[in-house]
Amino acid sequence: MSVSLQSDDFDISAELDALVAGRTSIGAAVTFTGLTRDMVADQRIMDMTLEHYPQMAQAELERIEAEALTRWPLLEGTRIIHRFGTLVPGDRIVLVITLSAHRQCAFEAAEFIMDFVKLRAPFWKKERTAEGDNQWVDAKDADKRAIERWQTPNEQ
Amino acid sequence: MKLVYFAWLREHVGLNEEQIELPESIKTVADLLNWQKSRGDAYERAFSEPDTVRVALDHFHSEHSDKLEGAEEVAFFPPMTGG
Repeated sequence: MSVSLQSDDFDISAELDALVAGRTSIGAAVTFTGLTRDMVADQRIMDMTLEHYPQMAQAELERIEAEALTRWPLLEGTRIIHRFGTLVPGDRIVLVITLSAHRQCAFEAAEFIMDFVKLRAPFWKKERTAEGDNQWVDAKDADKRAIERWQTPNEQ
Repeated sequence: MKLVYFAWLREHVGLNEEQIELPESIKTVADLLNWQKSRGDAYERAFSEPDTVRVALDHFHSEHSDKLEGAEEVAFFPPMTGG
């Protein structure tokens, strides 16, 4: 498992090969890639700047990874890369890879990691629109609701 | 104690970070948010709706009811929008 914060782009295929590292026990690899969109509602986005809290972002993403490994003991590998800085539409933002012998565990863990990344990783987006607005993106209630399905009955 | 600010809180306060001596009476995150409001116009604006401000103590998310208990770095930021 590992976490990287970087301004540079990443190579999905190279990251996947490095994480699998030739292990033939792995039958399922799930990759999620988040991309920068060109439209938000009816606004055309010129670019987006991601601000982050470096020490906490690293620590929080590692905690999310560790929690995924606790919940899915059959996970055989995880990788999270989150970019920061200014990105234009089409640019990759975030990569999550999960590995396991069978697909269910890898699919579930990848969704779990992304849901918690959205809600808990200290990153903030500021979008610049074609009309010249430069605004912080509001957090979405849907992201808050997304983690409810991961709560155990005791936590609800 | 080191205070750090991100996103629109950083812009409103006009600082990335600062060192402060905290009055003894400030025990919880909620106390600290209230105290921030009293530190001048910029702070009053930044902290006018404390319910919308998230606080981390030494890189861990906190609840407003949590005690500060010797935290060395306290961060203030809006709800997160990464991913």
